[in-house]
Amino acid sequence: MAKMTYLEAIRDALDFEMEKDNDVFVLGEDVGKKGGVFKVTDGLQSKYGKNRVLDTPLAESLIAGTAIGAAMMGKRPVGEIQFAEYILPATNQILSEAAKIRYRSNGDWNCPLVIRAPFGGGIHGALYHSQSIESVFASTPGLKVVIPSTPSDAKGLLIAAIRDNDPVLYFEHKKAYRFLREEVPEGEYVVPIGEVDVKRDGDDITVITYGLCVHMAIEAAERLKDDGYEAKIVDLRTIYPLDKEGIRKHVKETGKVLLVTEDNLEGSVMSEVSAIISEDCFYDLDAPVMRLAGPDVPAMPYAPPMEDYFMVNPDKIYNKMKELAEH
Amino acid sequence: MAKHIELGLDNDDLKHMYRIMLLSRRLDERMMLLNRAGKLPFVISCQGQEAAQVGAAYALDKEHDILSPYYRDLGVVTEFGVTAKDSMISAFAKKEDISSGGKQMPGHYGSKKHNILTQGSVVTTHVLHAVGAAYAKMLDNAEGVSFATLGEGSTSQGDFHEGLNFAAIHKLPFICMIENNGYAISVPSELQYAVKDLSKRAIGYGMHGEQVDGNDPLEVYRVIKEARDRAVNGEGPTLIDAIVHRLGAHSSDDDDKYRDKEMIASLKETDCINTFKQYILDETDIDENWFAELEDEIKAEINEATKYAENAEYAAPEDALLNVYEEVHNG
Repeated sequence: MAKMTYLEAIRDALDFEMEKDNDVFVLGEDVGKKGGVFKVTDGLQSKYGKNRVLDTPLAESLIAGTAIGAAMMGKRPVGEIQFAEYILPATNQILSEAAKIRYRSNGDWNCPLVIRAPFGGGIHGALYHSQSIESVFASTPGLKVVIPSTPSDAKGLLIAAIRDNDPVLYFEHKKAYRFLREEVPEGEYVVPIGEVDVKRDGDDITVITYGLCVHMAIEAAERLKDDGYEAKIVDLRTIYPLDKEGIRKHVKETGKVLLVTEDNLEGSVMSEVSAIISEDCFYDLDAPVMRLAGPDVPAMPYAPPMEDYFMVNPDKIYNKMKELAEH
Repeated sequence: MAKHIELGLDNDDLKHMYRIMLLSRRLDERMMLLNRAGKLPFVISCQGQEAAQVGAAYALDKEHDILSPYYRDLGVVTEFGVTAKDSMISAFAKKEDISSGGKQMPGHYGSKKHNILTQGSVVTTHVLHAVGAAYAKMLDNAEGVSFATLGEGSTSQGDFHEGLNFAAIHKLPFICMIENNGYAISVPSELQYAVKDLSKRAIGYGMHGEQVDGNDPLEVYRVIKEARDRAVNGEGPTLIDAIVHRLGAHSSDDDDKYRDKEMIASLKETDCINTFKQYILDETDIDENWFAELEDEIKAEINEATKYAENAEYAAPEDALLNVYEEVHNG
């Protein structure tokens, strides 16, 4: 075990897989010589060469589309989109092509592709460097969408994503890059895609969330302890396809559930989680399902007071948790 | 010297090329007939473009080259080994459909065994896949090139620009052939682009470009052969603008009323099937008897394919749930 930041854990996963499998290559804007605008791929080009750590032209559809072609040929490309918002020009390639290649060819072709993109707010990124973009993709059969919340999960889920024989979108929280640091297993370490993880145990209420909100929820849960309530914090980790069984199990154990995302409230991943709970856990609930999310405005403003107003934070989560626990 | 001799082709080559062109044409005609008879929901036609398709595909290496064709390319895929029976089964959307198991509309080609990448309907996405396949070949130092075709309408899409630009930067073994029939459904080429010769766009990308008479299979064979030689010699990609004729409507659902009837009739006067036949009669000792026998042989082949496909089984309804992911099925 070695102490690593979230960012270092992502780089460690890339390095480990590139060393092990010659078919893995990285492509994106500024990923090569510069090592990425956040330095995630720093040092990889000098180790693996310009062709396997490729600085692409400024064209997101190209990054996704050529990666799809290479993936069909048996390569395992890992594309980087510089900010999650910039994935939208590549959406046609991801939704119309990558997600459908196995299905539309009846299993003849497949597309072992990973696309990584930093998402999330709280870094003064304003409208186009702060968004949670996952709900655009999280109802697309054929795609998998993962969002790790810890350095260990970041490493294990990225290795799992690269080895997966279907396309995986991997959204990493940019505020977590240097903010989170923990012991991360060295070498081979795989976290299976499609399984929730309990990040804190408790039997009074269940909070289901993902990404950086996991840490905010843990902080809030420690405060809630003083009020005499123990909160179970469940990290979705894979937001599509959802671990329905895991969700049901952890909701039924407490009978009270709060769903937290930093995305806009309407049509977020939590809308589907809520529907699953309503359908399958109705008679196990002791309170209505509660949700906490960003307001339904187009995206996060730049000025700090407005940004803070938009963002979910431990205070907001604590207040909702208390309200739920006391219901 | 006759053109085919200059190109190093003999009578057997000509017979083969003509056979694939005619098979594609007659298959397409039969599918249209079956559509009008209410047996096939949808057909999208190759008629008029067979010379460009077969001329190009004949210049490629079937073992090592990768195809990313578009929906009119019955001639290309037939030359690459997709049989009349395969095509008819796809048209009838039966379980044995090699492209999709009956999931996709006909004309959405794809078959790993034939080196044909799977295709969707949103045009021009496939150009990037072919470029990515060429990049994979470069990474592996593998033999062969990738070959993408598209209509001239598709050159207006961003993926066309992004793909050609990238292919040129890395001198990828990639050939892009526009089958320019002058119409994107109803929109004529003068509303699609302002340049006189689309292959001139190659200059802007830093690659070789050439316009060719797509009605002449031997000319198309020549330019694709040369493009392929450049590609495998590390001289980079080529853009070909092949001028072809769309003899019929855009698809079985299109009335084609936006085109002048006399203009369509004039296109039929230079139908590539007829002009290539005339070339063979003029320049070789192959006679009318061979052509008559070929017609009979192809008719029998298509009759058999149609009968088989019509009687073949559909996939089970719940097969709609298969092949979403490798490890699990949805539903």
